[in-house]
Amino acid sequence: MLKQIEGSHGVAEAVALARPEVICAYPISPQTHIVEALGEMVKTGALSPCEFINVESEFAAMSVAIGASAAGARTYTATASQGLLFMVEAVYNAAGLGLPIVMTVANRAIGAPINIWNDHTDAMSQRDCGWIQLFAETNQEALDLHIQAFRLAEELSLPVMVCMDGFILTHAYERMDVPEQALVDAYLPPYEPRQVLDPREPVSIGAMVGPEAFTEVRYLAHAKQMSAIERIPQLAQEFRAVFGRDSGGLVRGYRLEDAETVVVALGSVLGTIKDTVDELRDRGVKIGVLGITSFRPFPLAAVRAALAGAKRFVVLEKSLAVGIGGIVATNVRLALDGLALKGYTIVAGLGGRAITRASLHRVFGEAIADRLEAVHFLDLQRERVARVLEREEAVRRSGPIAEGILKDLGTVASRIG
Amino acid sequence: MAFQPVKFYQTGTFTVGNRLLDEQQRSVQAQEERSNSLNSGHRACQGCGEALGARYAIDAAMHATGNQLIAANATGCLEVFSTPYPESSWQIPWIHSLFGNAAAVASGIAAALRVKGRGEVRVIAQGGDGGTTDIGFGCLSGMFERNDDVLYICYDNEAYMNTGVQRSSATPPAARTATTMAVGAQPGNVFGQGKNVPAIAMAHDIPYVATATVAELHDLEYKVKKAMGFHGARYIHVFVPCPLGWGAASQDTIKLARLAKETGLFPVFEAEHGEVTSVSKIRRPIPVEEYLRPQKRFAHLFGQEPAAEVIARLQTIADRNIKKFGLLDAAA
Amino acid sequence: MDKPFAITLDPNSSLANRTGSWRTKRPVYLDRLPPCNHACPAGENIQGWLYHAESGEYEAAWRVLTRDNPLPAVMGRVCYHPCEGACNRGKLDQAVGINAVERFLGDEAIRRGWLFERPSQASGKRVLVVGAGPSGLSAAYHLARRGHEVSIFEAGPFAGGMMRFGIPKYRLPRDVLDAEVQRILDLGVELRLNCKVSNILETMGEGGFDAAFLAVGAHIAKRAFIPAGDSARILDAVAVLRSMEGEDQPMLGRRVVVYGGGNTAIDVARTAKRLGATEAIIVYRRTRDKMPAHDFEVEEALQEGVMVKWLSTIKQASNGGTLTIEKMALDQHGQPVPTGEFETLEADSLVLALGQDVDLSLLDGVPGLVIEKGVVKVNAQMMTGYAGIFAGGDMVPSERTVTVAVGHGKKAANNIDAWLRGETYEAPPKHELATYEQLNPWYYADAPKMVRPMLDLIRRQSSFDEVQGGLDESTALFEARRCLSCGNCFECDNCYGVCPDNAVIKLGPGRRFRFNLDYCKGCGICVAECPCGAISMIAETT
Ligand SMILES: Cc1cc2nc3c(=O)[nH]c(=O)nc-3n(C[C@H](O)[C@H](O)[C@H](O)COP(=O)(O)OP(=O)(O)OC[C@H]3O[C@@H](n4cnc5c(N)ncnc54)[C@H](O)[C@@H]3O)c2cc1C
Ligand SMILES: Cc1ncc(C[n+]2csc(CCOP(=O)(O)OP(=O)(O)O)c2C)c(N)n1
Ligand code: SF4
Ligand SMILES: [Mg+2]
Repeated sequence: MLKQIEGSHGVAEAVALARPEVICAYPISPQTHIVEALGEMVKTGALSPCEFINVESEFAAMSVAIGASAAGARTYTATASQGLLFMVEAVYNAAGLGLPIVMTVANRAIGAPINIWNDHTDAMSQRDCGWIQLFAETNQEALDLHIQAFRLAEELSLPVMVCMDGFILTHAYERMDVPEQALVDAYLPPYEPRQVLDPREPVSIGAMVGPEAFTEVRYLAHAKQMSAIERIPQLAQEFRAVFGRDSGGLVRGYRLEDAETVVVALGSVLGTIKDTVDELRDRGVKIGVLGITSFRPFPLAAVRAALAGAKRFVVLEKSLAVGIGGIVATNVRLALDGLALKGYTIVAGLGGRAITRASLHRVFGEAIADRLEAVHFLDLQRERVARVLEREEAVRRSGPIAEGILKDLGTVASRIG
Repeated sequence: MAFQPVKFYQTGTFTVGNRLLDEQQRSVQAQEERSNSLNSGHRACQGCGEALGARYAIDAAMHATGNQLIAANATGCLEVFSTPYPESSWQIPWIHSLFGNAAAVASGIAAALRVKGRGEVRVIAQGGDGGTTDIGFGCLSGMFERNDDVLYICYDNEAYMNTGVQRSSATPPAARTATTMAVGAQPGNVFGQGKNVPAIAMAHDIPYVATATVAELHDLEYKVKKAMGFHGARYIHVFVPCPLGWGAASQDTIKLARLAKETGLFPVFEAEHGEVTSVSKIRRPIPVEEYLRPQKRFAHLFGQEPAAEVIARLQTIADRNIKKFGLLDAAA
Repeated sequence: MDKPFAITLDPNSSLANRTGSWRTKRPVYLDRLPPCNHACPAGENIQGWLYHAESGEYEAAWRVLTRDNPLPAVMGRVCYHPCEGACNRGKLDQAVGINAVERFLGDEAIRRGWLFERPSQASGKRVLVVGAGPSGLSAAYHLARRGHEVSIFEAGPFAGGMMRFGIPKYRLPRDVLDAEVQRILDLGVELRLNCKVSNILETMGEGGFDAAFLAVGAHIAKRAFIPAGDSARILDAVAVLRSMEGEDQPMLGRRVVVYGGGNTAIDVARTAKRLGATEAIIVYRRTRDKMPAHDFEVEEALQEGVMVKWLSTIKQASNGGTLTIEKMALDQHGQPVPTGEFETLEADSLVLALGQDVDLSLLDGVPGLVIEKGVVKVNAQMMTGYAGIFAGGDMVPSERTVTVAVGHGKKAANNIDAWLRGETYEAPPKHELATYEQLNPWYYADAPKMVRPMLDLIRRQSSFDEVQGGLDESTALFEARRCLSCGNCFECDNCYGVCPDNAVIKLGPGRRFRFNLDYCKGCGICVAECPCGAISMIAETT
């Protein structure tokens, strides 16, 4: 059914259609609307049977989810940013225990300085935790990915994180196709846990494992996640068969035919990039786009295949690995091992900084001309940072960098548009 | 109604069993077919009070629920000694997730059971004092506040034992631990700190809170059974001496638990909905010194010149408990 | 279930980890000798029979008891119960009232008519027992139970020895004594009354006896030299008490003085009181704490109005019934020394209770006997210097009590039995003593000793009704359950419960426990928490 609704509501409806049995909620912007909507559905009885638990922290949210999942319930939670970091220990644990929890991460920056706006730093911080990480490009895809996520998680007995850009997607009202329950039921069978806490067949879950078997345990975790590389496209295919829509998969190319330059990105920014690329194509520039949907497992082969024919790639990412540069870019480079492509990293949209087509035109142009620096910060206000750096050079003092900038700018100026 | 000791059958209720009593009046531990939820082959130290306390409590809960039980365990000695790959000592469905989240994991299990209509299966969360009073405190309080259908059992050995005996908020004043060494002007742990979790649990107005020791099995089993009679959040704080961490002889585990209660240092009581409903009276009043002396963690109090002042302060704590809880019968 | 590798484990799989290898010491179950058993002159397995009494299995208790002592109803009245003096519970609150429970069992047996089992086989041997006192009766009983044909020759008109001719009725009612004697006779023991043996070898020869046990007691009253007028009425205690058994009661008068400080003196004085004496005065040369009589007996006598002149000796008895008394003083060694201070005392009769000697005339001419201080020496097998003749009770060197006499009878019977088969009796080795320090008294419930009812004073002063009553079922049961079971497992399940490693295997009722050394880490908690000290730690050797 087509509905004009907020992204968060769309996702909430998708989650509800997946018939989760336990939902743990702890508020953090921009995730709040999703769990609020679900809470209401549970209260009205629209979503039943389901336990909606208002926990006291994200750490508890994930911990409650672990318990519920281990006891055989289909379990869902959502978080973002500080919340994701607050639950990290449990996030790793859920993966280690192989519990098929599905979690929405409404991507948001991480402080300090505290910032509620969108970037991918939160999800990227968890790239090695053992969860499958899927990034939605649109609200429709966010909705669809949640349905696929439960299926994938439960088939592999691995947790899946569905990442959607905070505010940009979560708070955007769009027309969305919310599928019928019967279709979802047809696609997503009831949860059959691989291992379950049950007095009828007691097991001890969560042993202490020493050096004699730890490597094997980790290898198996890796192998299991890698097996998703095969399964994710199949599930997307099946999804299309049932719902008649393309959603999910490992990567999605756009105008890649004969492209010399390929822009690689994740999430909603792909829309702006595609618009920019369309304009460049109109001018005859051989440029295309590769959207990565599955960041974990990272589809090395698919990325390599998509980029192999190009001359250069530009990774535009909403995250920064402080001290080295791009995170996605580093992963992409690994896919291209041995190929002679020039590569550029554009760090963009941090903490909600708008990514405009104008800026993209400028940086893509520089990239095509091979004039772009290897790691470029989009729309960086160079004078501002230069002042700080200068002073830093002169007076080595302690204290947070942010504080230094604020001192220079005054608090009003810190409200960056 | 409070625990009714068996009046007199040679040993009354004091021993584990008693051939002169009906089977039903004997403890769960006396039964040949007790569940041995935590079975042989675990790697706890010789004389470990926690291993004992855990079997006592979980067997009692198994008995009370007709073996319909699932347990979530915090990281700590109990977890480490019971489930090192490739061997588990548990005979019940059991999960270990993290150090600080046992209560929340248990909440999740309880939620799953509820939604699946398996209300007959009951849930226990358990952990050491560190996992309970410190790192797991947030989750514990959350579980209490939501009144989730979980019985949380804290095995209090008064320090972080698994990591090598560091101070926790349950470590008593003057005790030496690896992080409160017996050096300086005030050797051992400081006075006036620490966290009274049973009291905090009561402040949540949850249906049932109790303290117990491994020295009084019938009382402990009675409390576990009683706790299983309630739905909602319940808390039992069990005093379990640790021979290794306390520097005590392995055979003294039960004796020390007994002395802790008899001195008044560890008040044994139960409370319903925030009100104390019964206390376990002191049977043979003794000075704290008798409890402190056999433990190396208090050895610095008994050097060339006994630290009379410190011992007196500890005695004051005991006396205050005795007064506050009315631990002494008028007759005694 | 599809369990993830290593992270999820099978339940109970730790059984593969044999933690027994950690052990440097191991616990072992043992039986220690309870102090009561140790102290019992009759060698009763007191704790053994209390164990059954605790469960309310009185007949089983009585049967265990009478394995060693055939006279529980008598013992429960006259035994001085050294067991209670040794009882570990005495260090906790008060000793277990063993004697009271024994009496209860004895009375219960009489009431219910429990009988001894007759031996299944006859040995074909004939044994002569001389004297039907406790020692002789005990020997006869034990010998009969082993299948020997036993005849008791008794000089007096009744069986019982001093239990009848000495101990007054108000302490030991005669129907009780008769019942227990009869039960022994019911085993097929022959009793010939009024049959004094004057030459033992002759009697043995005539009767074709293969062995003899002599238990003639000590019946000849010792006399002190007291200058006395012709008409002074001086009697001896044994004769007075003995005459109580006859038709005519002794004529003692209204003012009776008893000379001596033993239990016999007390018994005579109390008897005199009951016979109507307005004054019964004991004259004793030392102080109360030095008195050989048991304190409780002195106490009871005083309650009944018996008076005692301490630190006094009788110097003279004149015709008019006036006694001259000299006051004594104790020297620094506690010995009484005369002070030269005199006083007089009016008495209708003076009864001497100064002890008894043994009439050994029946042994005249028996070769090889050794007689020292008026008693017959016996070896460790209770045999006299003449092979085949054994002796016990008051006539051999030892303490003179009913219980010792019963013990001698049993011991002699064991040895006679072996001797008849040409063997030497080997007593089973004794376990080490169970001391109080080995117990964990915490576990025992607080339980005050049950007191036996006493007859009211008026009736005590005027009748020969039994002074001390017995316990009833509930109080006897309670008292039995006060037993700590020192040194012997009573299946309290403590070891089974307190083991942190589940390394104790419960074998089921009556079968106790076993250690599972595969898992026992040797922590020793079971030893520390065993209430009764029935476990000990020993070093591992390998
Ligand atoms: C007054 C009094 C009170 C006592 N009270 C107690 C008491 O409360 N508790 C206690 O434990 N002890 C008591 N005793 C001591 C106790 O009675 C004796 O130690 C005990 O009876 C000795 O037993 P026995 O079998 O050796 O001899 P006895 O009991 O003296 O029996 C010997 C028997 O042998 C018979 N006899 C003797 N010579 C011959 C012979 N030639 N032929 C055949 N038969 C013969 C006698 O007639 C007598 O029946 C008391 C003693 C007295 C005198
Ligand atoms: C988050 C976290 N912090 C610290 C630890 C290290 N750690 C493991 S067990 C333990 C001590 C446990 O103490 P307690 O809860 O009292 O249990 P005990 O071992 O004394 O029974 C600590 C500090 C951990 N596993 N996880
Ligand atoms: S350190 Fe203490 S709590 Fe841990 S296993 Fe040893 S005795 Fe038990
Ligand atoms: Mg601890």
